[in-house]
Amino acid sequence: MASALRVFPSPARDRRAPLEIEGVIPASRLGVRPQPETIPTSIPQVDKLTGGVPRGGLTEIFGPASSGRTSLLLALLAQTTAREEVCALVDASDAFDPHSAAAAGVDLKRLLWVRCGRKVSSSPFLVSRKNRASAEEREARNEKLASVEQALRAADLLLQAGGFGLVALDLGDIPSAVACRVPLTSWFRFRRAVENTATALVVIGQEASVKSCASLVLRTKHSAISTQQSARAAGAKPTHTRLLHGMQSEVEVLNSRILQHKPVRSATTLLESRASWVG
Amino acid sequence: MPFAAIYVPDFLVAAVVRQEPLLRGKAVAVLEGTPPVVTVAAMNAAAAEAGIELDMTKLQASAYPVELRQRAPQQETAAHAALLDCAQAFSPRVEVTAANTVVLDLAGLELLFGPPAKLAQDLKQRASELGLEANVAVASNPDAAIHAARGFAGITLIPPGKQAECLGPLPVDVLQVTPEILETLDRWGVRNLCALAALPEVAIAERLGQEGLRLQKLARGAVERPLVPAEPPLEFEETMELEHAVALLEPLAFLLGRLLEQLCARLGARALATNELRLTLILDTAQIEDSPQSHEDTENRVIGRSGHRVIDSGVIDSMTRSPDGSITRFVRLPLPMLDSRLFLKLLQLELRAHPPGAPVVKVTLAAEPVKPRPGQGGLFLPATPAPDQLELTLARLAGIVGEQKIGAAEVLDTHRPDAFQMKRFAPSVAPASGRLSRGHPALARVGETNTRETPTRTAAETAAIHRPTMALRRFRPPLAATVVVCEGEPVRIAADKIQGEVASVFGPWRNSGDWWKGKAPRNDADSHGLSWARDEWDIAVPTKQGITLCRIYFDLASGAWFVEGTYD
Repeated sequence: MASALRVFPSPARDRRAPLEIEGVIPASRLGVRPQPETIPTSIPQVDKLTGGVPRGGLTEIFGPASSGRTSLLLALLAQTTAREEVCALVDASDAFDPHSAAAAGVDLKRLLWVRCGRKVSSSPFLVSRKNRASAEEREARNEKLASVEQALRAADLLLQAGGFGLVALDLGDIPSAVACRVPLTSWFRFRRAVENTATALVVIGQEASVKSCASLVLRTKHSAISTQQSARAAGAKPTHTRLLHGMQSEVEVLNSRILQHKPVRSATTLLESRASWVG
Repeated sequence: MPFAAIYVPDFLVAAVVRQEPLLRGKAVAVLEGTPPVVTVAAMNAAAAEAGIELDMTKLQASAYPVELRQRAPQQETAAHAALLDCAQAFSPRVEVTAANTVVLDLAGLELLFGPPAKLAQDLKQRASELGLEANVAVASNPDAAIHAARGFAGITLIPPGKQAECLGPLPVDVLQVTPEILETLDRWGVRNLCALAALPEVAIAERLGQEGLRLQKLARGAVERPLVPAEPPLEFEETMELEHAVALLEPLAFLLGRLLEQLCARLGARALATNELRLTLILDTAQIEDSPQSHEDTENRVIGRSGHRVIDSGVIDSMTRSPDGSITRFVRLPLPMLDSRLFLKLLQLELRAHPPGAPVVKVTLAAEPVKPRPGQGGLFLPATPAPDQLELTLARLAGIVGEQKIGAAEVLDTHRPDAFQMKRFAPSVAPASGRLSRGHPALARVGETNTRETPTRTAAETAAIHRPTMALRRFRPPLAATVVVCEGEPVRIAADKIQGEVASVFGPWRNSGDWWKGKAPRNDADSHGLSWARDEWDIAVPTKQGITLCRIYFDLASGAWFVEGTYD
């Protein structure tokens, strides 16, 4: 039988270099590569440093409390909703303040807010007494569903649905020990879900947890408090004459895979945010 | 002027088979009556061949290899409605001759649907899609079409002027004559329409009167009468009664899927869609137990007088259980849709979130008919989630975090701290005028930089945008704190997440309101709906990573300190 089989040799051109057409330059040899789409933060210093938040990629903003992470996120949301795009915020610790967002210019009608942290029951039974024990067991299992897991599942659903301009996953109040336990496969899955889409995924945390899946990593750090004192009572009590005017933060780019911004190490800029009651 | 008649043979059986497609091709008999007197009311040809006869008792019928089903009037109503939908899909002039027979006026339809032969084929195909195996006949008058459809299986086309020839072989009982006349004709040896048509008119008139003449005209296919069009109400409802109560979601979903397919086919036949589904479940009253309402998050809900729970978005969520043990659920959609798989998923998620609490014995599914979504999205408008996909995603998210925990926040017009309400998330559709939105990527591509500053923005706007607003991250509920006060100012704080010496203090600012609504109980930070009065402070507390800037307040009603949130 072996003699009946005929093996056709591979065409010789398969082993040669790819066919080149005269006048057409391969993309790999282009002097100027196409610029990836980004969402500007509307803060000139940050935009100059980062080029904006890349669409189709994962951006991580991390830092301790009062370091300006949420202010940066609200600026991003305000920009994206102003473009009539739809955004989603997965709030792992139910910390989002709509008043702050409205003051920052976020169009709340275009922002889907997913508040995690409360468990709900889910039973496959329409209920029958003989199955009640099983239903309760299942419910007990669901009770253990942590808010982080809820947030990850919610973010996954939103990314799979598509069509969002920006999806933010807020793990800002989640202890870093918990956030770091999120398996790397989840971040790979998220990165894969947003690839080749117009969606930007932004993750906020206390420590860097996204690791190599992030296209852009920003670290924020508290710098100073801006105060305003009335001239009459400068430097003196009572304290109600002093007004919290805002705060200054440092934004540091730890990693950037945006083509025009080669991976840099520790490029820093200052971010000044004002309180909503300051005109 | 041609007419088409659609006739469903063995209608009672067809109504049952429509609900249970697995019975198609099998011998089926339909039983009627209340025990112990239950007899065969109808059967199909296969059952008749197997030996089943009318008025046979259930016990006798069960001895034959046939499927026995109880007669369900609601199924017959739904089957008749489906038959009407089938006809209405082609012509608005439809006469309801009987529950199993409808006649269409085909005048002017040739340009739309092609010649009568093709139209008849399409009618049969559409009826089959709606779960009904029908006979279709086309003739130049309604009665000839009706008799041909009743007498000949499949599709029959009667050319104009050939009615008598074509109808001739049919038996006389096709005309639905009275038993007395039928007996008389039988005695005369008249057994088909050809023989009846050949009788002399005067002799028939002498012996059978005007009725005899009418029957002869019908047999010749020569009765010309105007069609009496009916305008049936647009009701789309499907019902399924279950022999055995269903206690699991999976088999119920299977049944719901079948009902939804039928509903969607009927809506599609009328070129309609739906924006509201109403699911009514009749429960096994013997096993009704306390509804698992306790599972639900009742936050931000108000119990209405009628028992309807009104969510703060204004959508009525009626999980009402009537005294007869039925439960009704509504699935409301933001836009008209017609996707049975999407509807099934939404109903599954709805039932999973709100289990009825007892096995189900009867399912009724109704759809509110509306016109389909018109128009299309603009080419240069930003991409938004597809409405059907978004609805499904929202339902799935509600299954994860709870129904009241997703949506769009709406800031309330009050000075009460953290006053907002969750609204149903339905981003407005941008006008499809082709106008590019401000800052749209398509505009930015024209520019060289990628930051996409829109040239139309004013200097004041730009200045305002360039200064981001300091955000507050709230603790819900606020954290109880122990605060050491010295000379009227907080100097040290100890709370769950924040503790240490206070480095900077701003305040206090008194905030109060709704004093007429009564005071909140002591040691309760959540004073929703009641009066509030508090002194707010902004403090900076040094930590290992730097400084935490937070807002604390002293609640005047409870005399306790709380941390409201941190600035970030």
